[in-house]
Amino acid sequence: MTAAALDAHEAHDDHGPARGIKRWLFTTNHKDIGTMYLVLSLTMFFIGGTMALVIRSELMAPGLQFVHPEFFNSMTTMHALVMVFGAVMPAFVGLANWMIPMMIGAPDMALPRMNNWSFWILPVAFGILISTLFMPGGGPASGWTMYPPLVLQTGNAFPFLIFSIHLMGLSSIMGAINIIVTILNMRAPEMWLLKMPMFVWTWLITAYLLIAVMPVLAGAVTMLLTDQFFGTSFFLAAGGGDPVMFQHIFWFFGHPEVYIMILPAFGVVSEIIPTFSRKPLFGHDSMVYAASCIAFLSFIVWAHHMFTVGMPLSGQLFFMFATMLIAVPTGVKIFNWVATMWRGSMTFETPMLFSLAFVFLFTIGGFSGLMLAVVPSDIQYHDSYFVVAHFHYVLVPGSVFALFAAAYYWLPKWTGFMYNEAAGKLHFWLSAVFVNVTFFPMHFLGLAGMPRRIPDYSTQFADFNWIASVGAIGFGLSQLIFLYVLLTAKKGAKATDRVWEAPRGLEWTVPSPAPYHTFATPPKLRVAQEAFE
Amino acid sequence: MSRGVTELSAATHDLHMMVFWWCVAIGVVVFGVMIFSLLKHRKSAGAKPASFSHSTAAEVIWTAIPVVILLLMAVPAAETLIRIEDSRDPDMSVIVTAYQWKWHYKYQDEGVEFYSSLALPSIEARSKQSGIDPFSVDNYLLDVDRPLVVPKGKKVRLLLTSNDVVHSWWVPQLAIKKDAIPGVVNEAWFRATETGTYRGQCAELCGKDHGYMPIVVEVVEPDTYQAWIQTQTDDKARLARVEN
Repeated sequence: MTAAALDAHEAHDDHGPARGIKRWLFTTNHKDIGTMYLVLSLTMFFIGGTMALVIRSELMAPGLQFVHPEFFNSMTTMHALVMVFGAVMPAFVGLANWMIPMMIGAPDMALPRMNNWSFWILPVAFGILISTLFMPGGGPASGWTMYPPLVLQTGNAFPFLIFSIHLMGLSSIMGAINIIVTILNMRAPEMWLLKMPMFVWTWLITAYLLIAVMPVLAGAVTMLLTDQFFGTSFFLAAGGGDPVMFQHIFWFFGHPEVYIMILPAFGVVSEIIPTFSRKPLFGHDSMVYAASCIAFLSFIVWAHHMFTVGMPLSGQLFFMFATMLIAVPTGVKIFNWVATMWRGSMTFETPMLFSLAFVFLFTIGGFSGLMLAVVPSDIQYHDSYFVVAHFHYVLVPGSVFALFAAAYYWLPKWTGFMYNEAAGKLHFWLSAVFVNVTFFPMHFLGLAGMPRRIPDYSTQFADFNWIASVGAIGFGLSQLIFLYVLLTAKKGAKATDRVWEAPRGLEWTVPSPAPYHTFATPPKLRVAQEAFE
Repeated sequence: MSRGVTELSAATHDLHMMVFWWCVAIGVVVFGVMIFSLLKHRKSAGAKPASFSHSTAAEVIWTAIPVVILLLMAVPAAETLIRIEDSRDPDMSVIVTAYQWKWHYKYQDEGVEFYSSLALPSIEARSKQSGIDPFSVDNYLLDVDRPLVVPKGKKVRLLLTSNDVVHSWWVPQLAIKKDAIPGVVNEAWFRATETGTYRGQCAELCGKDHGYMPIVVEVVEPDTYQAWIQTQTDDKARLARVEN
């Protein structure tokens, strides 16, 4: 290499962000990309939330008031797709982008250009998906699970639905590869695998799950596409195919998918509880083993979503026992969090409040999960509001609360200023109350016999539905406080480098706000540890 | 969950309550410890942080105890499931075919068959701005024009399939939910111990009128059932004469 080329290279290393729109379009910086992921995810959270409010408004009283059944079905379908693929997953990828390099002492993600690409696919994918609502025949209305033959009755939206899912899958796979390569190759010296922070660990496991199952989903929807347009009969009984096979393939993706949405949340909470308990995480290594066990088990429990399709007895028994087993490693995680708090010295800033609510309410979701594992009773819960209550308990006060906790926890590191703590606490208390008002009555509705995905219901279900709808409107409005906190995030006091009293981890050794490039040279782990003592 | 009116619905209800009480017990312990810790080990109460970060004994204990509890749940669950799956030697069979959006019942040996759709008062009230208060309609959305009639105390086997998309036949009080899938014949059975009218709905999303295909089962005394079958057969014969 010539000296001139070297000089140019040196100069390149020093540059700050480009100006204007080009900064965001062409960026390869993990912090910029992380920010874009988080903004996209917040946008999708509000879009998906609006859809939820359409659903809950219609269900507030028996009789049809606002929408037609077709549109209602496309709202439930789109709400799920937007929330799962648009809000929760990109939010965790955004956190991974921002935090993993800073937590392991790496200068950036290992594959920065692919990182840019894997983000910019997403706005296109969701543009396509949301545009289907305006197409002849309406948006997809067969549930996010896309069971054939029903999904094949979708109108013009059908190929666009499939294509947008392909794009989301592509983005997730690239993101996952990037995260794995970064974690395995770019850790600071002396950061052995078992020394990695829990958030990094849970993301490493999640990334492997993503690589394993997103192609399966892509395969399943491609078979739907060829069934519809190219004369195949993978899932069409008339041509010798089997509609149940789709359900098996879908849930082979779908079950690991739910752990993709919860494992990084476990990681976030495992970072925050020790900080505000002023005590190291209890049983770090067993947390790693528990997360790995959960990931492994997630591959052998998929058919518990299908106990009513008519499986052989031996199959049902196997999937029941395997599903019950998940309670063991999940229990270990919850006990370890409680043991971390035990004899700590706790304070209750907003991130801690959200993490504590996570532990409480995720456990309630875990309990209903255990109930759902028991096949005879599951047959009664299946496709009823009991299931709706269950998965919203693990996803809203589970994943989403962990995301709020993470946002409040790391926001000062991102912006360099303390957010409005009073508004944060108000956001927490309103969210925590309304989330229960919304989803707890759904348990009763399910047990009383109300099926899910219906736009109208018999009058005996009216009272609990009304309560749930009031809760949902309250929960939705409370999220505007979060928006307010973000918009005023730079109005607070200047944040110190360490931000909180007792966090540990390399991200707290860099200045607040984190400079555009961090860890151009790898940090010394031991020096950082000593500085914290 | 309702206790229902079959042996299996009662067994299912018992399982449901057993697991529920286990969850309550575990919840009381875990949340109890957590709340105690939240009150006691807070900085504002002057707590000084300890520094322990693991305890193999504790971790072995809280891995082993859940395993034992799970075994206590798994055994009765498996026993009940084995009984649910035993559909041998039925007294009668009904072929249930699902359509978008109604049910078709065919009594296999008696030759009686008919469609069962949402009842007229509900149809009139269901549309947007119908001006009819759902509360004024008896069994709004849970009533049909022609219910399935079965005898009390007999083992009734259902053979479920579908003509179009996947549906699911759910009557909570009979503890049956079974998918009706095109190209597949699924089995389910019940033996009702009490006469009465039991209502349910399609449980698997099946398109725009998924919420409007209820199920009504009337369990009657065996004599009444025989008389009912007779009138159905007579009607059919009379209809055949008219057509000729």
